[in-house]
Amino acid sequence: MFVFTIRRILQTIPVLFGVSILVFLMMHLVPGDPAQVIAGEAASPQTIEQIRERLGLNDPLPMQYLNFIMNALQGDLGTSIRSGQPVSEEVFSRFWVTMELAFYSMILSAFIGLIAGIISAVRHYTIIDVVVMIIALFGLSMPNFWLGLMLMQFFSINLEILPVSGWGTPEQIILPVIALGTAGAAIIARMTRSSMLEVIGQDYIRTARAKGVKERFVIYKHALKNAMIPVVTVIGLEFGTLLTGAVLTETVFSINGLGRFVVESIRARDFPAVQGSVLVIALVFILVNLIVDLSYRFLNKRIDLN
Amino acid sequence: MTNDADVLQIDNLQTSFFIDGSEIKAVDGVSLNIPKGKTVGIVGESGSGKSITSMSVMRLIRNPGRIKGGSIHFNGEDLLQKTEKNMQNIRGNKISMIFQEPMTSLNPVYTVGQQISEVLQIHQNLSKKEALSKSVEMLELVGIPSPNDRVKQYPHELSGGMRQRVMIAIALACNPELLIADEPTTALDVTIQAQILELMNGLRKELGMSVILITHDLGVVAETCDYVAVMYAGQIVEYADVHTLFNNPKHPYTVGLMQSLPRHDMDQEELNVIEGNVPKPGEMPEGCRFAPRCPFASDICTRELPDLMETEDGNQVRCWVYSEKWDGDPEVNVKDDYKTARSQ
Ligand SMILES: Nc1ncnc2c1ncn2[C@@H]1O[C@H](COP(=O)(O)OP(=O)(O)OP(=O)(O)O)[C@@H](O)[C@H]1O
Ligand code: SF4
Ligand SMILES: [Mg+2]
Repeated sequence: MFVFTIRRILQTIPVLFGVSILVFLMMHLVPGDPAQVIAGEAASPQTIEQIRERLGLNDPLPMQYLNFIMNALQGDLGTSIRSGQPVSEEVFSRFWVTMELAFYSMILSAFIGLIAGIISAVRHYTIIDVVVMIIALFGLSMPNFWLGLMLMQFFSINLEILPVSGWGTPEQIILPVIALGTAGAAIIARMTRSSMLEVIGQDYIRTARAKGVKERFVIYKHALKNAMIPVVTVIGLEFGTLLTGAVLTETVFSINGLGRFVVESIRARDFPAVQGSVLVIALVFILVNLIVDLSYRFLNKRIDLN
Repeated sequence: MTNDADVLQIDNLQTSFFIDGSEIKAVDGVSLNIPKGKTVGIVGESGSGKSITSMSVMRLIRNPGRIKGGSIHFNGEDLLQKTEKNMQNIRGNKISMIFQEPMTSLNPVYTVGQQISEVLQIHQNLSKKEALSKSVEMLELVGIPSPNDRVKQYPHELSGGMRQRVMIAIALACNPELLIADEPTTALDVTIQAQILELMNGLRKELGMSVILITHDLGVVAETCDYVAVMYAGQIVEYADVHTLFNNPKHPYTVGLMQSLPRHDMDQEELNVIEGNVPKPGEMPEGCRFAPRCPFASDICTRELPDLMETEDGNQVRCWVYSEKWDGDPEVNVKDDYKTARSQ
């Protein structure tokens, strides 16, 4: 396990390297001269030269990358063209908002998804199973921005019981979290159900029943613990999906998070800001994947049949 | 029908599976008594309904299967009339079961100790600590070396033979009156098989319980059973005490099974396997279910299903040869003529 952990951590190094190169190249992959793109069509040659100088675009490419990476390692992600503030500060202040949104949404999806999945599996072959799975299919096929708009229309505009936008108060949190968490809940419900059904058919479940274990404990003690192993992975990976989904949800609910920041920065051609935020999001992605892998391995080590 | 000397009396048990609107009669009218302190073997080819019979006794048949009829009296009380809660008190406590698949019958995420303790905590109200020390004793009883270390291990750390011993420890932890062992050794290699059977036999004598031993293996039956029931296509076709059965088998199927036994004094090549297959549940013959494979089958066999009838040697046998209605060769002797009849 220890060796595996070390190896798995070392494996992230080439990934980090690749990601940093991609993020760095983003600016150069845009057709045309980045400085020209940033400055806009009507800019004078002097302005363009100024931007060029400021972003260090006159240096050779490897040199630029080295500067970028050295600065990033020291927490310096450059200066936002739009606001003139350090990108790291801009990103950091929004980072926690997005993490909160994703985290609450994950809690919601895991909670609802697990319960729905277990009920569905235990009530296999009944109408309850069918109904839960149909609802899950709906949840899965609704885009989160559309669900967000519907929720907003109904609860904020028609009923006027919840705020339309913003982030921070409990009332403001409810709708975005539902909008973002629903698809995840559906995925987790389906995964939990199929995993439970598979486990319930296993020989050791029959053994548990033959021991006189109450059906409730057969499910919650003997089946669930085994069924959770693949589900934990899905829940972990769901976190990455939630971060991506946050871009749209934040935009719909005017939440000042990292997702919306990326969208706005792209629109304003604020390259340093885009690079900085994408880099941070990618880091979180890699970290979450690492944790998921390690916990899967940990949960699974007792099942290793060889 | 009640008899004090029997722990278990199965009477006309019928268990079916209902799939896509059709009924599969897995167990079709099985009656069987298990005398106290004795071992009764159930033999028969794959699919003959041995496991479903024993699962029915435990009331562990689940959708789409259902026990349709009959009764199963355990110490005079009908298990089929009991509530699920009452059955939970009986399972693992008064009646225990060991399964065919030692590799997969233990829960991979709990230690051996936790899995033995569980049954003690449920049925004997032992505390966690008491249950664990009793678990160590049980492991010792079933012959597992260094039980103090083994209790802390997970199933994947044990070999198949060890796991089956753990299953036996679980089954015997609460001193059951009846142990149902469903092919407990089939999945194990020969030396381990012998050890496990010996262990079960010793413990049976020591603890005075009754055993139902399900197996394909007539050799195992000869060594360990007092009585034998031979099952074919969901029914018992012959029942007798073990000596009678081996000395005077009456049913053509039983004789066929015995002649397919590999014998050491014979060349392996002479091993005779009964030709044909067990009839599929949807395609049950109208008369005797063995008729399509039976070398003696005559007219009545294809028309009417025989009942179990008693012979002068004390066997109960489901075959027309032993009835007044028999319309085949009146001189037929199933045991002696089987080979010649078969080759014709
Ligand atoms: N879950 C099920 N669904 C449908 N039919 C079943 C099911 N389980 C058993 N059966 C039917 O019941 C019949 C008897 O099965 P059973 O498991 O009792 O056989 P067995 O004598 O124990 O065979 P084996 O020696 O292979 O263990 C099978 O042939 C099958 O048709
Ligand atoms: S009843 Fe007829 S077919 Fe059936 S076993 Fe006896 S002789 Fe064979
Ligand atoms: Mg079986």
